[in-house]
Amino acid sequence: MNRYWSVLFLLVPIGGVATFIVAPYFNMGLPRDVSEHGHVIDSLFMFILYLSGAVFVVTQLVLFYFSWKYEQGSNDQPVKYSHGSHVLEIVWTIIPAITMLFIAIYQMEAWATAKMQPPDIRPLVEVTGRQFNWDFRYPGPDGELYTADDFVRTDGKLYLPVDEEVLLKITSADVLHSFFLPNLRLKQDIVPGMDQSIWFKATEKGGYDIVCAELCGWGHYKMKGRVFFLSADEYEAKLEEMRLDENTMRVVQDDTLDTDE
Amino acid sequence: MSTVTADPHSDAHADHGHSGGFLSTYVFSLDHKVIGLQFLFSTLIWFFVGGMLALGIRWQLAFPWRPMPILGDLLGAAEGGQIAPENYTMLVTMHATVMIFFVIIPVLAGAFGNFLIPLMIGADDMAVPVLNMLSYWFMWPAFALIGASFFVEGGAAQGGWTSYPPLSVIAEAAPGSLNGQNLWLLGVTFVGIASMMGSINYMTTIIQMRAPGMTMFRLPMTIWAMFITAILQAFALPVLTAAGFMQVSDRLLGTGFFLAEGAMANNSAMASGGGQPLLWQHLFWFYSHPAVYIMILPAMGMVSDILSCFSRKPLFGYKPMVYSISGIAGLGFIVWGHHMFVSGMNPMLGMTFMVSTMMIALPSAIKTFNWLGTLWGGHIQYTTPMLFAISFISMFIIGGLSGIFMAATPVDIFIHDTYFIVAHFHYVLFAGTAMAVFGAIYFWYPKMFGRMMNDSWGKVHFVLTFLLMNLVFYPMHILGMQGFPRRLADPYHYETFRNLLPMNQFISYAAFILVGLQIIFVINFFGSMFFGPRSGRNPWRSNGLEWQAPSPPGHGNFDFQPIIYRGPYEYGSPEVEEDFYPQNQPPPEAK
Ligand SMILES: [Cu+2]
Ligand SMILES: [Cu+2]
Repeated sequence: MNRYWSVLFLLVPIGGVATFIVAPYFNMGLPRDVSEHGHVIDSLFMFILYLSGAVFVVTQLVLFYFSWKYEQGSNDQPVKYSHGSHVLEIVWTIIPAITMLFIAIYQMEAWATAKMQPPDIRPLVEVTGRQFNWDFRYPGPDGELYTADDFVRTDGKLYLPVDEEVLLKITSADVLHSFFLPNLRLKQDIVPGMDQSIWFKATEKGGYDIVCAELCGWGHYKMKGRVFFLSADEYEAKLEEMRLDENTMRVVQDDTLDTDE
Repeated sequence: MSTVTADPHSDAHADHGHSGGFLSTYVFSLDHKVIGLQFLFSTLIWFFVGGMLALGIRWQLAFPWRPMPILGDLLGAAEGGQIAPENYTMLVTMHATVMIFFVIIPVLAGAFGNFLIPLMIGADDMAVPVLNMLSYWFMWPAFALIGASFFVEGGAAQGGWTSYPPLSVIAEAAPGSLNGQNLWLLGVTFVGIASMMGSINYMTTIIQMRAPGMTMFRLPMTIWAMFITAILQAFALPVLTAAGFMQVSDRLLGTGFFLAEGAMANNSAMASGGGQPLLWQHLFWFYSHPAVYIMILPAMGMVSDILSCFSRKPLFGYKPMVYSISGIAGLGFIVWGHHMFVSGMNPMLGMTFMVSTMMIALPSAIKTFNWLGTLWGGHIQYTTPMLFAISFISMFIIGGLSGIFMAATPVDIFIHDTYFIVAHFHYVLFAGTAMAVFGAIYFWYPKMFGRMMNDSWGKVHFVLTFLLMNLVFYPMHILGMQGFPRRLADPYHYETFRNLLPMNQFISYAAFILVGLQIIFVINFFGSMFFGPRSGRNPWRSNGLEWQAPSPPGHGNFDFQPIIYRGPYEYGSPEVEEDFYPQNQPPPEAK
């Protein structure tokens, strides 16, 4: 029976939905979110997933049903000699148009918060991407970045206070990089020569990956960093410890974005 | 030479092609059919090369740093077949470059555009056959330059197929930026010149050379798609070409269009700069977003023709389909910024581009619904081309819907440059376009060679490709959902991605089988040239004008005067007894 070819297309919605249902049981899916704003992005993701999932299932089932029902040997009706339908065209133009416009408008708020409204606070750390390392410049005892007592750590470990809104300056010393914190739903390409910053608030203590997400050369894969969120006390202590550490580099020039010692 | 004329009698071409020997018939041929086949064979060979490069990527992701058997040495890896990190970035760059510039774009416009346009509109050849021949031969400098780039010092380009400066501009930034990038830029420029010559020719031919009665709204969707594609090419390509020259000039003359003042990398000299790396991204995507449609519209056109033919019923909503691809041609030029949401571009622009991008989803939705409408109430015949065409709809739904995630700016912050986007464009370009191209080859093969391909082996090829391709690309959505970045030679030293190794191994095994089983297609393709049963003129009982010509058509295409009475989708018409009604068949009362 020729119509059984259509069963192949039935596998698509079944397998497609099953994959997303099964994945969490294998610990695959959105990584743990430890940021204040991350749940907004996650819920927008899930919203689109459910919406597009519904459209996916319905259209695939229709595709299967038509290819099952209207197989030549199984359809004893004459061919529907139809060139289209104005009503249908209007319906299936307007409904997706409204839906898409709704999605666009629905997202704007989150986008504006994430990228357009930096908090009015002093930058805490300057992050510099370079082939193939992340450098971090911290303020010295005066608590101000870009002064003579700043110091630079090159071990790829970034320490930040938890439960506190932080603003970071991000720069690149050479090519494009991208500062990606999967657990904070945060990503920003870093363009050499541009003045850029990012801001977020972590809600859980612990260490998380810093990923370079923009191809930056042969060592792109190893351009890994770690960010650690500490309580206020621990953070102060850590700052002091790093400042006194012999591996720490001093900043010689001040009033410059250049982190080279 | 040729005259631009609507007169199908024109026998201006009557004597070239016949006169010469092997060289002028098969090599420097002016015949659009031969040129089309030249494109087809070239792209199939590069398809193989691109597939091999993909295997290298899949090997490294499944078995990081383990020596790759057999292929490892061929792919220029380090000694013993281990893929070195700089080789991995070369692989991802060149896999994309080969697949996009040497396979998808030339197979659609070059192979099928050339072969089908004159046949489908009732012309004896292209408007300017010499330009047509040159459009093929200008691919060869590109083939040579990019082919040679694998062997120069530093190896082929490593800056990604997007060639973002400063990585691509500063020679010290990556081994591939030493020499490979120059050859890459020149090669892509030649592809651009070739495409430009082709698209001018297609537009002229479609406007000027249609047979009597072949009005614009009687053109098959394939031709409409080729027409819109040609327009997109003609308007977008100059920007890429100019940007390419600017990058060459930055590299060789020290201008600084794409470098900030004092830019340097890996102890290079400081660039005088004064430019902006983001400028390249704007120019590049101003071409490359329209190029996305260049890579899918012709496939959609061919799928529409195949669907109507094997549903034995008219294409549902022909005019809305035409309007929607015309809409894509307009909207396609104002959405490029959706590739740059996290690039550092003004976030205000992100909002604008989000809205325009959401709107460009509409034409795709309209087309999908109309394809479903075409199946509705038909008499579906499950031939090999039809299976590929239906699978195109199914896969395009996935690729289309996953695009919404990236269009939504806040979500894109997380999934940008992850495997989610890799899944998305492979669903559009492989599961979509490549499957449509397979379908189109099975469908028009009889017209190309006068013989049928084996249908049973075609179906075996279809089922296996369909299943394995989904096993390869669908799980990539899950990888992307976890933030798994693309272009990363060894992602597993990140805690976040460590658990994804088994999934990647699964994908890689599926990919190896997927590539390997294409041998079924290769044998069928070449074997049928000699052993396939003769097809006759119209084996599918199709309405298209090309099917009324001999198989294969001789020089000048038609052995009769094509006069067109109706559109190409009059299947099941009550006017005639047969369930098809060729475009050139006179109406009953005129008999
Ligand atoms: Cu990187
Ligand atoms: Cu795009």
